[in-house]
Amino acid sequence: MKRAEWARSPIDRFILHRLEVEGLQPSPEAGRATIIRRVTLDLVGMPPSPAEVAAFLGDSRPDAYEQLVNRLLASPHYGEKWARPWLDLCHYADTDGYLTDQARPVAWRYRQWLVDALNRDLPFDQLTIEQLAGDLLPNPATEQRLATGFLRNTLSNREGGADLEEFRVEQVVDRTQMFATAWLGLTVGCARCHDHKHDPVCQREFYQLYAFFDSADEVNIDAPLPGELDPYLAKRPEYDRKRAELLKPLTEEIAELQALWERKLLEAAAQPGKDHVWDRQWEVLGLVWGGNLGEGQLEGTQIVRQEPSRRSKDQKERLLDYFLKNGAVTDPRRFQELKLDELSGKLEALKKELPRLTRAQTVRETPIPRETTVHLRGDFRSRGPRVTPGTPAFLPPLPEDAKPDRLSLARWLMAPENPLPARVEINRMWQEFFGRGLVLTSEDFGTHGERASHPELLDWLAVEFRERGWSMKAMQRLIATSAAYRQSSLARPDLAARDPNNAFLARQSSLRLSAEQIRDSALFVSGLLDARIGGPSVFPPQPENVAMEGFENKWTPSSGGDRYRRGLYNYLQRLSPFAHNVTFDAPPLSRSCARRERSNTPLQALALLNDPVFFEAAKALAARILREAPGDFSARLERAFLICLARPPTPRESERLRAYYDEQLAILRRDSAVLAAAPLAGGNGLDPAEASAWTCLGSVLLNLHPFITRE
Amino acid sequence: MNPADFFAIQGRRRFLKRTACGLGMIALAELLHREGRTGEAAPRSDPARPKPPHFPSPAKNVIFLFMAGGPSQLDLFDPKPVMKKLHGEPVPESFLKTLDDALIRGSARVMASPRTFKKYGQCGMDFSDFLPRLATCADDLCMVRSLVSHLSNHDPAQLLMNCGTPLYGHPSMGSWVTYGLGSESEDLPGFVVLLSNSGKGVDGGSALWSNGFLPSAYRGVTFRSSGDPILHLTSPKGVHTATQRARLAAIQDLNRIHEETTGDSEIASRIAAYELAYRMQAAAPELLDFSKESTATLESYGIHNDTTRWFGTNCLLARRMVERGVRFVQLYHSTWDDHSELNKHLRINTAMTDQPAAALIQDLKSRGLLDETLVIWGGEFGRTPMYEIRRGPGMDPEKAGRDHHPFGFTMLLAGGGIRGGQIVGQTDELGYNTVEDRIHVHDLQATILHCLGIDHTRLTYRHQGRDFRLTDVSGRLVHKLLV
Repeated sequence: MKRAEWARSPIDRFILHRLEVEGLQPSPEAGRATIIRRVTLDLVGMPPSPAEVAAFLGDSRPDAYEQLVNRLLASPHYGEKWARPWLDLCHYADTDGYLTDQARPVAWRYRQWLVDALNRDLPFDQLTIEQLAGDLLPNPATEQRLATGFLRNTLSNREGGADLEEFRVEQVVDRTQMFATAWLGLTVGCARCHDHKHDPVCQREFYQLYAFFDSADEVNIDAPLPGELDPYLAKRPEYDRKRAELLKPLTEEIAELQALWERKLLEAAAQPGKDHVWDRQWEVLGLVWGGNLGEGQLEGTQIVRQEPSRRSKDQKERLLDYFLKNGAVTDPRRFQELKLDELSGKLEALKKELPRLTRAQTVRETPIPRETTVHLRGDFRSRGPRVTPGTPAFLPPLPEDAKPDRLSLARWLMAPENPLPARVEINRMWQEFFGRGLVLTSEDFGTHGERASHPELLDWLAVEFRERGWSMKAMQRLIATSAAYRQSSLARPDLAARDPNNAFLARQSSLRLSAEQIRDSALFVSGLLDARIGGPSVFPPQPENVAMEGFENKWTPSSGGDRYRRGLYNYLQRLSPFAHNVTFDAPPLSRSCARRERSNTPLQALALLNDPVFFEAAKALAARILREAPGDFSARLERAFLICLARPPTPRESERLRAYYDEQLAILRRDSAVLAAAPLAGGNGLDPAEASAWTCLGSVLLNLHPFITRE
Repeated sequence: MNPADFFAIQGRRRFLKRTACGLGMIALAELLHREGRTGEAAPRSDPARPKPPHFPSPAKNVIFLFMAGGPSQLDLFDPKPVMKKLHGEPVPESFLKTLDDALIRGSARVMASPRTFKKYGQCGMDFSDFLPRLATCADDLCMVRSLVSHLSNHDPAQLLMNCGTPLYGHPSMGSWVTYGLGSESEDLPGFVVLLSNSGKGVDGGSALWSNGFLPSAYRGVTFRSSGDPILHLTSPKGVHTATQRARLAAIQDLNRIHEETTGDSEIASRIAAYELAYRMQAAAPELLDFSKESTATLESYGIHNDTTRWFGTNCLLARRMVERGVRFVQLYHSTWDDHSELNKHLRINTAMTDQPAAALIQDLKSRGLLDETLVIWGGEFGRTPMYEIRRGPGMDPEKAGRDHHPFGFTMLLAGGGIRGGQIVGQTDELGYNTVEDRIHVHDLQATILHCLGIDHTRLTYRHQGRDFRLTDVSGRLVHKLLV
């Protein structure tokens, strides 16, 4: 092969150079059917339809492949595929974690923001700034505040007896780690307790990074969905009037009691251990506020800590509502006399009449500054030297005139002199296209991580990324159109011993699809998929006792199309994760993950063989084949292969499946008991035995290694 | 992949090609039958195939009865007569000197145990009246009264006990053990988890049996108490058994054809995984079928009694699994988290578990399996000598409870490698602090691994550039516990 002919982009020159050094030849381009299936799975996360395959195979334009890549990058499903790595980084889930694992019904707002941002190719610098500090931008739009939902995927312990500060500290540590993994490619958590000789970040530096996040408070905001605001605004004046009317007769009495309640709470907060009744009240206010609504943890205590004159109207109202409902301990007799219980109920009923605004999880800078210190031995009670926000010494400092806050930190990340973030992001991108990053340990570029296989290429890509205005789609186009990416993935005897992990990239790699992609693909080829984009999480069917692994968790399957949505939208419960995801290596939901495993286990085989969802897909696939292809077996099999694998069967495959089909058909025709038990695909005047035999065959196809692999 | 894995797969591949001949149409059952008949050892290509320990060891398997929530040692194992005198009094200052826990408040008052204790066995081991059956196993049991954790919330403390660290994402003990030793069973997973509870689910969740950063083949497989014992073990409704086998054969053949065209070595692992899946479908029903157990055995585990059936079934399953070569069986029973109504809840949980746990030890012993099976009973921490102060005043043990207490709690060990009939460790006269043979969770873990022939400092896995192990950077072998 002439090398000059092989290379298509500057990327390829770097790859070729390395191969030359190693004395290896690149592989030829993969066949067109393989290529379209590969790039479609990589860019939108689902296989191509037979029509898309046919169009591509028939497209004789010299830039047919580039056109294909452009079409996929413009697909609204693109964002769904590329959101998943970010959700792994911030360990997104729909519940709190810890013992009670309560629901976070509006967690999905961040996910939605992310899908939209990726679809409109929000430049990486903006994506970074908005996720880390959207709230600190001048006059931030609701959308920009919503982006900080990235930081809200830390766990919330709402278990009684949890120390409020201990678990706030855990959240800040988690945010610091999430930040370092996602943008610096560093595993900094080890420095929490003490210095480690070879780590780039020492303990003091860890707490300097920690200090940026220590001043962030969790707060939920009204973030109305389209169409929600107008009806709300129309009703609001009436609501305000009615509310004022209800409260008016008791204004003074309530104010007096509430002031006493707040005083007692603040006393308990200042001197814990003195009065256990009020210790408990303070604790509950911090822990339970907004539980099952996914409201920010410690929102309640932060409001009480704030001067009443500095509280917003909304904060005042919510605190009053909480007090009326939970404050009887202040003076039970007086509460009864004034019938505050009743009043609380009326206020609640009134609120139900007001049209709802959907809320969103965000962070904001705390109005009550905290003094950040080093935690000796990682123990939050052992306060060491005071620290202020700062960046690690091995990286450039913050600009001198910069206010040391999250916004400056985010801008510092994207400054030209900071070498890491662009490389870390490009490396993760590369991983999606080749199965492994140029630095294998995408989560660790530090001294413990692996060395880059192609350091100059990584540098070049990082510079290119900035010069192309941080456009992620531009970089993905660049990688996807390279000759390196388009190589065949066939194993080569000369590489088996030389490069078993394919680090030199003398070929492409065959990669098992992710948990989400496997299920999405089965739903897609069978025609069951409900491809609607966005919205709250859904509960597709799964064995009912899976959710019971957690503490009083329940799983009521969704109905209609929500049973067949893309895996991105599945409700993720931290304590009892979606069973299919666990089987196929989706990462744990409590820890930042920059790189998924790809295992190969008998439980995966059992899932594909027997999970009713996959069997339902086999039935639907059979019905589809019978509907779309004429009566002849070969034509139908060809159609089935095109749908599932984007290629026709080989003669050997045909022969084997023909034998299987005939055998099944014979059994089904002969034995009415088997047929009676067998599933029917569709009806519609189809021969039941034939339809059942095709269902069996459909199930075989959904179990094939090449079906769950992108080659 | 290490060379051994590679050769195992290669051998398997050659074998399959020869027998299946590409389009061989040989149903898998027949293939397996042929393996047996020709006597050709099909090398196991799965990551859980048996591996030798670091040194010869008595124990081969582990059954860990994890009592989640923190059972009260003061009402079950560690009698404190002094508490009767101090009942209702503040805890003496001298005990609180070392108190640095965020949760345990020093100002609560002492609550004496309402239970009565007796000594059992030749060794004279104390048990309260709530554990009459386990008490009869006294001479086989090693009671450790001086366990110490440094965490007093369930989640982190359960993670510490199971994974050696309160952080998420680390492998559990069962994963470490199957990673180190593999499993003798070809037809069942090497690490199995069984759940039961007294009304509420198991807190902590699947992180407790996670493989963490180890390959997912070492993850604990949860058998379930209803429906399929293993997820998706039975064919979907409508797939007739007659067509089941043919379907699998077609899948395997098609994958083999594909392997020949692509040379993708992962396909051989896929084929092996489908084989084990197939064998599990056949082996699991036999495992779950108690019909060949004698009535006496079933009665002893309490299978016929509504109260004991759930935990008893799991205990009997655990015995049947170690008989069939499963390496690590972990039972989770929850919850012992008795912040209130201590008496009532302890009665419920002990009634559910005492008889089956004792039956398990006796049954293993009578079958000669106890010597090679390490049985562990215990939770993530113990409970305070004081009454719970958070739930309002009240000294009535029918209403009051005890708080979390990690500074000195009790666990039971029996079987492989453990010297039974002894009490190790001592807490002070109030049961507050450990005063003799302080044993940290990491020390216990080091000792458990030792019983299995594993040096806890040498069972490591490289992850993110560092060698990790179950005992983090600590762990000390506790010789007193050993034979």
